[in-house]
Amino acid sequence: MSLTRADIERIAHLARLNLSDAEIPAYVESLSRIVDFVGELERAQTGDSAPMAHPLPGLSQRLRSDAVDEPDRREQYQRNAPAVEAGLYLVPKVIE
Amino acid sequence: MTLHTQSVAELGKGLHERKFSSVELTRALLERVRASQPTLNALITVTADQALAQAAAADAEIAAGRGGLLTGIPLVHKDIFCTEGVLTSCGSKMLANFESPYDATVVARLKSAGMVMLGKANMDEFAMGSSNETSYFGPVRNPWDTAMVPGGSSGGSAAVVAARLAPVATATDTGGSIRQPAALCGVTGLKPTYGRVSRYGMIAFASSLDQAGIICGSAEDAALLLGAMAGFDPRDSTSVDSPVPDYRTALGESLEGKTIGLVREFFDKGLDPSCEQPIREAIRQYERLGAKVREVSCPNLPLSVPTYYVVAPAECSSNLARFDGVRFGHRCENPRDLMDLYTRSRGEGFGAEVKRRIMTGTYVLSAGYYDAYYIKAQRVRQLISQDFARAFEQVDLLAGPTSPTPAFPIGAKVSDPITMYLNDIYTIGANLAGLPALSLPCGFSDGLPVGLQLIGPHFAEAKLLNAAHQYQQQTEWHKRIPEGYA
Repeated sequence: MSLTRADIERIAHLARLNLSDAEIPAYVESLSRIVDFVGELERAQTGDSAPMAHPLPGLSQRLRSDAVDEPDRREQYQRNAPAVEAGLYLVPKVIE
Repeated sequence: MTLHTQSVAELGKGLHERKFSSVELTRALLERVRASQPTLNALITVTADQALAQAAAADAEIAAGRGGLLTGIPLVHKDIFCTEGVLTSCGSKMLANFESPYDATVVARLKSAGMVMLGKANMDEFAMGSSNETSYFGPVRNPWDTAMVPGGSSGGSAAVVAARLAPVATATDTGGSIRQPAALCGVTGLKPTYGRVSRYGMIAFASSLDQAGIICGSAEDAALLLGAMAGFDPRDSTSVDSPVPDYRTALGESLEGKTIGLVREFFDKGLDPSCEQPIREAIRQYERLGAKVREVSCPNLPLSVPTYYVVAPAECSSNLARFDGVRFGHRCENPRDLMDLYTRSRGEGFGAEVKRRIMTGTYVLSAGYYDAYYIKAQRVRQLISQDFARAFEQVDLLAGPTSPTPAFPIGAKVSDPITMYLNDIYTIGANLAGLPALSLPCGFSDGLPVGLQLIGPHFAEAKLLNAAHQYQQQTEWHKRIPEGYA
């Protein structure tokens, strides 16, 4: 196993995923196998090949003009929210 | 009159000649959907009332002498596309309560072309899967043999078209999710060039790879649909601003003198001999059509699966960070604090494969591993793209298998992620390089369909569709219908 239980717990914490104790061994096993599998890349002779972030040469990030062009649809969007009040999203208290 | 076996082009003609109405057509297909659901489970949501209203509106347009070739034609949207006021679940418990407040651009464009939505297609959760078994709403079954998977992630879209529940379905492809299910279900699937079709309102998985496309019955229908879907969208920052040709005009061109490259690395030991035989026969058909065939090599292509399983999970871990239980989607009961809200909502809302990919991505992006995995994979991605670019200096199109095997039994590969990932060994390259590619039916292996994959240079959709159409003029594989659905 290239990953340990502690590794999986650390990764799950970084990913903000709650895993039950019962779930963890299967992830130790499968993530270890995946990490070994992608480790094959280490052997590739990449030389000075530039890291490629997206597939279209010449594509650059477009900026829109700094003008309001969308209507206010807050109410409609908030219909999907688990808890709202007075137009605000409710979450557990953050500051005591 | 049998309506469900007709192509989009034939249906469009029939509607305009008033041989039947869109309401009649829609009713007939809704009945097929209803009858197939207990067996195939191809749809997550059926929008019957809305479909009949859209069909009536389409009939009125046609009666008034208006409307185009797609007016009144029913379709199914993959449940990854946002549809206003309709459940958009992406195959996940996380979004099992999400009614989108807006339409994806693809949905809006096809709606304004007069198309009628019958419902939303089942899919692997967040498009992560190659068998449609990761769906929160249960697996889709392959219409050719219901013990088999339909492929994935667009398994519902492929099953819908194979079972003639609708002549066309939208789909998306991040590593093969259009082409592989199209191959396994014996239908035609087109993944356009990265940036060709808008992704606004298409739930993101891996943003440098995702592309929207079509699963349908023929290259001719794909040409018709792509013309309506493609084009610049200011709402998608990766949408490419270049004119959309009429993809139908090139369909009839001769293949005389065209060169097709057989990718040597695609004919490896992983390719099932029962799939190789129909692929080789299809290549001979292309020679009879006048094409020159030669072998080419893309030496870095065997690294495409490990490259993909760094890049795609990395991007997925970032994209799926938005599902936090705050603004939409699943929220856990009685969260103790904000951290508990995040971690339990995500732990409960995502299925096992999605969690596995989020964690793989988190790992390869984490401190100390970023250069070794993520940057390294991006460098290999560059080499794979260069291999393709060099190949296209020598040939017009590339050809090979879509999938190493025909459809496999439900449950056969769920316990082994690596075996499942290797289903996409021949399709992932086109995503890494952003190339257009399609799969078309070219025969059978023991009663199950086999797909031929064609890959073209950037924005060469017209060439791909031309080559597929010429093949389909000479063969009948795309007209074969699974038993019980004729």
